[in-house]
Amino acid sequence: MALRFEVIGRFNRARAAQLTLPHYIVKHHCTIKGLTYSQLEDIGCQIILGNTYHLALRPTAELIDDMGGLHKFMNWDRALLTDSGGFQMVSLLHLADITEKGVTFQSPADGQPMLLTPEESIQIQNKIGADIIMALDDVVKTTITGPRVEEAMYRTLRWIDRCIAAHQRPHEQNLFGIVQGGLDPVLRDICVKGLVERDLPGELTSKGANLFDSHLWQLRYWWSFGGEDKDSFWRVVAQCTAALPEDKPRYVMGVGYPLDIVVCSALGADMYDCVYPTRTARFGTALIPEGVLKLKHKVMANDERPIDPTCSCMVCKTYTRAYLHCLVTKDALGSQLLSYHNLAYMMRLSKELHLSIVEGRFPDFVREFLKAQFPRGDVPEWVCNAMEVAGIDISSCCAHLSAPVYKASAIPIADGEAPTFGKEIGANSSGAVPLLVIISTEDFLQAIHFFN
Amino acid sequence: MRFAVKATSGGGNGKARAGVLQGWGSFQHSVETPALLLSTRKGLPSFITPTSSRLYRSRTRASFTSALSTCESIACPPHGPCCSLYTTHGMPFIKNHFEHGGLRQMLGLPEHLFVSVGRDSIDSLPVIEGTNKLGASFETPSGRLLVRPEKYMEIISSLKPNLWATLADEVPAWAVEKRNKASVERTIRWLDECIALDPVCDLGAVVGGSSLEERSRCAKEVAKRNVSGYWIGGFGLGESMEERPALLNAVVDNLPEEKLRYVSGLGLPEEILEGVAAGIDLFDSTYIYHLTLGGLALVFPLDTVDKSRRSPFDFPPSSAVNDGTKINLSSTIYRKDKSPILEGCGCFTCRNHTRAYINHLLNVHEMLAQILLEIHNTHHYLGFFRSIRRAIGCGTFDMFRQSFIESRRELFVSSMTCS
Repeated sequence: MALRFEVIGRFNRARAAQLTLPHYIVKHHCTIKGLTYSQLEDIGCQIILGNTYHLALRPTAELIDDMGGLHKFMNWDRALLTDSGGFQMVSLLHLADITEKGVTFQSPADGQPMLLTPEESIQIQNKIGADIIMALDDVVKTTITGPRVEEAMYRTLRWIDRCIAAHQRPHEQNLFGIVQGGLDPVLRDICVKGLVERDLPGELTSKGANLFDSHLWQLRYWWSFGGEDKDSFWRVVAQCTAALPEDKPRYVMGVGYPLDIVVCSALGADMYDCVYPTRTARFGTALIPEGVLKLKHKVMANDERPIDPTCSCMVCKTYTRAYLHCLVTKDALGSQLLSYHNLAYMMRLSKELHLSIVEGRFPDFVREFLKAQFPRGDVPEWVCNAMEVAGIDISSCCAHLSAPVYKASAIPIADGEAPTFGKEIGANSSGAVPLLVIISTEDFLQAIHFFN
Repeated sequence: MRFAVKATSGGGNGKARAGVLQGWGSFQHSVETPALLLSTRKGLPSFITPTSSRLYRSRTRASFTSALSTCESIACPPHGPCCSLYTTHGMPFIKNHFEHGGLRQMLGLPEHLFVSVGRDSIDSLPVIEGTNKLGASFETPSGRLLVRPEKYMEIISSLKPNLWATLADEVPAWAVEKRNKASVERTIRWLDECIALDPVCDLGAVVGGSSLEERSRCAKEVAKRNVSGYWIGGFGLGESMEERPALLNAVVDNLPEEKLRYVSGLGLPEEILEGVAAGIDLFDSTYIYHLTLGGLALVFPLDTVDKSRRSPFDFPPSSAVNDGTKINLSSTIYRKDKSPILEGCGCFTCRNHTRAYINHLLNVHEMLAQILLEIHNTHHYLGFFRSIRRAIGCGTFDMFRQSFIESRRELFVSSMTCS
């Protein structure tokens, strides 16, 4: 299955392309929490991501193989993608240790030490049978600097070779690699070249540490809960998307908040996955253009409106907030209905992003989006910075930035040349550092609170 | 509402009857009886969204809802005391909320038939100690509620169900005689009060505990009133299966034949058959809900008259896993079982998913397991009711019932000898 990627519209760094819908949905244990596959088809979901780590634990890759592969097991005939398993291991397990051989960890089932090698990761993914599989990479935290990053990068390249050698089904499953190198552009370039040489069918860039070279660039973001640094987050994304070839899609793993998706799309990313929509639904939170709606809150008890009057999903056409208020967190059906709505919302967001780029009105869309989310103009600083790099003028959305002093201009992107991190800020407005008004801490904290 | 008996069957006394309940107003469909009303939590099935409900391909559009469990959950803030529902502050809210279409509109199910009764076998159980001459007491997730007839009627008029039962004082089987007598008196008195407030579409409640005389007395009294049908309560609260037929008969014998009869609290297939044999038309049951929660799926053959067409079981019946009527999908036997829950079943779950998949979902505690199981179990049980109606139509209900019970007995016996 060759993935075709064709850019059909662009604005500065943002692109709209024909590949798949620019969104994934994370699935966990062969199912999206609480939805049948026919409901997912109704919403428009095209590709589902499977967690190799969890699947290998239960029901085990052998069983899935016996059942004829994951497609048949869960009866989903659209696309499937599996991760290598390494990321979960390192981020979920306390005593994971990475050596040249592979990732050693304590098995959660019985506490015995186990080893996940590149070969084994590929073997498991072969058995599961997804359309796209990932090579095992040496995962390091996004913000780490020093010799560890270099070590990870070179090791990833060595592991790629092992993965390629171990891959049993190269004609049915596309292997994607991940580009490493942290925030160091030199290391990144070495990695990119190394992967390109190996001529992999697919490329992934992982946010921060891992960058894959494949048909997709996958960015893997090491999500540190409770205070992730949004500032470094967008810079990493900007850096990676700038460095990666234009003609391949870029996939940022773990990005789910709608605001983050809009920002990353403006910076040039194409695909995302996240547990956020369904997880937040189980806590009674619905996604709407204005942000989030906490249906648990008692003011919802009397609210006769649908969750989102502009949404055309089944849930918004049938039920009121008041009824959902009494269902959420108490009845299974509540989380089901909210998951349905949240996923429909994400699908709609992706579609609107795509169309707005194709139809040449992307900046308007971004401005509308930000105005809806921040009606008081308190757009967070990192968003302002990111949009500036992306070349989108959002001064009309930011209360503090409507001063005439501020000037945002498009960043020239030289063909074939990857602007490095240092150059990006300077490239703006002929070398002078742009004037950015720092928003107050309270406003910033409020914006964070909105998403918690 | 129009109800008409179309056929009767059943050996000696011919009491089993098939009928048609025809709609009016927003409900334009007809429901064939004996019918199963689907139990709901707050108006919707426990796990299935309405669009998915077409997946069990049922033409039944009838749901049962407890008036109380619906209202108290909607009007009460989670932390608030339950009595906020019954204060004047609570009332205006309910009126506004349900002004337009009542329950049907709130749930987005305009074409469904809703029947409301006071008691819900899962969430709102009657509490006999709490009930007094003023009102009936129920144990709900928001605490104990005392419901007076006027309040009850206000809820009913807000919900606007198609059919509703009057407030009853249900007592369990072990209640003493004096208490039982009191419950009958109260129920009849409340019946009169409810009718006075809204004389349309009601089902008169008939109680009487385990006493044959009280049952007959209550039935006779209620029969004198001008009601559209009868709701027979007080079952499923501790009486044994042996005494039930007599009690049912004591009630039914004193009710006019042409009016609808509805019993709450009978769940198992054998109990349903008993009820049908006694002449009951509508049932509601928590059987499906409990099965689904337990990870069990119904597999008993629906057509027992034709023994040659028994559905094949992959494994010999063993009591822990498969007693011939239902299978426990959490069991490791089904880990690699690629067959659907029941071969030949036309529901969404059996057409699209395997036992192995559901086994996996149950193991990882995914909600989808309950969704798929509820779809299958509902479909299967509704199919059971279809078989009953068919048997009555052909005049072979007795034979159907007999062979059904015998086949279950055979399986139990063989499973006991195996284990």
